Amino acid sequence: MSYSRRRILLAGAGAVAAPHLISSGALAQGGGKFTPEKGATLRVLRPTKFVDPDEAIFRENSEAFTKATGIPVRVDFAGWEDLRPQTAVSANTGAGPDVIVGWTDDPHLYADKLVDLTDLAGYLGDKYGGWYPLAELYGKKNGTNQWICIPMGGSGGPAVYRESWVKEAGFNGVPKDLDGFLKLCQALKKNNHPSGFALGNAVGDGNSFCNWLVWAHGGFMVDEKGKVSINSKETIAALKYGRELYQTFIPGTLSWNDTSNNKALTAGEIGLTQNGVSLYFSIKNAKDAETAKIGADLNHARMPIGPAGRSTETALVVNAMVFKHSKYPNAAKAYLQWMMDQDQYDKWLTGCFGYWAQPLKAYAKSKVWESDPKITLYRDTMENALWYGYKGPITEATGAVNAEYVMVQMVASACSGQATPEDAAAEAERRAKRYYRA
Amino acid sequence: MTATADSWSASEPRASWLARLFDSKPFLIALCLTPAIGLLMVFLTYPLGLGIWLAFTDARIGRGGVFIGFENFESLLQDRVFLMSVGNTVLYTVVATIGKFALGLWLALLLNHHVPFKALLRAIILVPWITPTVLSAIAFWWIYDPQFSIISYVLVDVLGWRDSYIDFLGTPWHARWSLIAANIWRGIPFVAICLLAGLQTISPSLYEAAMLDGANAWQRFRHVTMPMLMPILAVVLTFSVLFTFTDFQLVYAITRGGPVNSTHLMATLAFQRGIPGGQLGEGAAIAVVMIPFLILATLFSYFALARRKWQQGEGND
Repeated sequence: MSYSRRRILLAGAGAVAAPHLISSGALAQGGGKFTPEKGATLRVLRPTKFVDPDEAIFRENSEAFTKATGIPVRVDFAGWEDLRPQTAVSANTGAGPDVIVGWTDDPHLYADKLVDLTDLAGYLGDKYGGWYPLAELYGKKNGTNQWICIPMGGSGGPAVYRESWVKEAGFNGVPKDLDGFLKLCQALKKNNHPSGFALGNAVGDGNSFCNWLVWAHGGFMVDEKGKVSINSKETIAALKYGRELYQTFIPGTLSWNDTSNNKALTAGEIGLTQNGVSLYFSIKNAKDAETAKIGADLNHARMPIGPAGRSTETALVVNAMVFKHSKYPNAAKAYLQWMMDQDQYDKWLTGCFGYWAQPLKAYAKSKVWESDPKITLYRDTMENALWYGYKGPITEATGAVNAEYVMVQMVASACSGQATPEDAAAEAERRAKRYYRA
Repeated sequence: MTATADSWSASEPRASWLARLFDSKPFLIALCLTPAIGLLMVFLTYPLGLGIWLAFTDARIGRGGVFIGFENFESLLQDRVFLMSVGNTVLYTVVATIGKFALGLWLALLLNHHVPFKALLRAIILVPWITPTVLSAIAFWWIYDPQFSIISYVLVDVLGWRDSYIDFLGTPWHARWSLIAANIWRGIPFVAICLLAGLQTISPSLYEAAMLDGANAWQRFRHVTMPMLMPILAVVLTFSVLFTFTDFQLVYAITRGGPVNSTHLMATLAFQRGIPGGQLGEGAAIAVVMIPFLILATLFSYFALARRKWQQGEGND
């Protein structure tokens, strides 16, 4: 019943003229302890939508915050490629948005420029069943219990496949082991429905495939202490496997970017790839009847588990950070609390079909995950996924190695035969060491 | 007369220092130059100086750096990706510039003839140049797409000349040539229009004289058109080399340096290291390495092509 009480209170408060009264009243009712500064205004920067409702509902929720508190909020949307540089410039110059919903490791690069969010994270964790492991990892400053950002959601990348074609190839779903997976890909290729995984400089898809491949075989870029360990027999085994797998791909994956597999799957050119839930929804809801038919034939599965013995998918996590240069840190905290609270968050999660899977455990019960059995897999994104730079701590080097596509290019050059697996691993080690030297 | 003299002497002391100040030539020169110099200092000298300074520090995004001397450059010398990007940039610049000039000159010669709808044609020619680079890059990205390329479609599905789609951007050399072709397409109009302007300044009487002397078409081109075009050619070449050498958008939008770094130019690598990679110092160092190349290219264009005696009217050497 708290829902309706809250609504009534907000409506009542909205009628009162004094803005600071409204804000503290409304948020105190929600259980928050953040009293926004007088005359606060907020600027928020976040990545642009991949599914339409993402932007629409995010704006709606922000407007509702303005209505409830009298604090004007301006939300800007930056292209995925541009968000990193914009975050960097804002952090570097000490000007710009108060809140940036940035990519994965960015908060860790600017940790000492961010407002401590431990109180807010603690409050949200207590209220919503605790944070998932990946959320804690990204949220807390390395090796401490201090929260530097509020993870808002993660986009996972399990296998997306055409059910009928997999069946035609003689398989009942995507095999859970590496051998079976290779056999499936070979059979798909034979039937002229090849698989396709991005091997180009693709921020999301390239990293999710290449990291999965190497991690599944027990390889990793750096160990727990941050020592470069990529040149290992596990990595070489992974690259040899990758080379065989590559033979089954559709031609051209070396130049694929983040949208290429979406285009190829939508056009019926490939039968298996890795992607976020957006692909399924864009096909299912396509206006073109032919395309929509493909939607009924699509399904999702976990990528196979290798000798590493655990799922090695990764997730693209968005983390909200409040910069110290903001004049209104409390208003920013109140805003984030508002966006993460059930009334707003569940609407966003549901509206986006679970595209940004929840970082807080209570939202696993959201209706969205029952709305379509085919997407249930994405519910556990933040529970299972590993982070970029696994197994090491998240540092500046992690981001730099990622931005240089060291892992992706190692896999790409070995798969395509431009380098032997041994050379590719040695080259990756050399390149990673340039950044992990300090 | 007296009245005039009175008013003259009365007004003089009031305006004296101000009027004299504004009458002083050095002051006026300084005054008029200040805004221009100010703009140059703030928007050109300062960023350039800062960039050079950053190249000698280990600055990262979000954290200022300390002076580390030539460490960035030493580490770059050992970096195969960087060395490849230098090679790519030189190749890209040389081949694309030659292509642009050959085709641009040819186009300019064609347009210099009397053709119907001349003005309209010249306007259309400019389209590739005025289209925002990113837009044309996206168009090329589709043209070069491994699955949906129009070229592959025509060759394979319409004409049946090939069995498989061309992997334009998936292999290093294909990708390099594809990018060079895109750059040439974009650069031709600039060269063609500038050279056309140069061609139109050549007096027809020179051609008439050459014809009277019995010169054929090639000889007229070689001994009249070329020398007369040299000064503008030198300027256009310099600009074209600078634009091509520092090209960023085409490559970044089409391949982002891939496949496996084989199309990285120094500009794209500098950006990738400096901004998404966070290594500001290293990115700045790559950008600084571009400066000597640019100065060399400029000097070459000027000294090799522009400093000819005929410019002073002393005949061709």
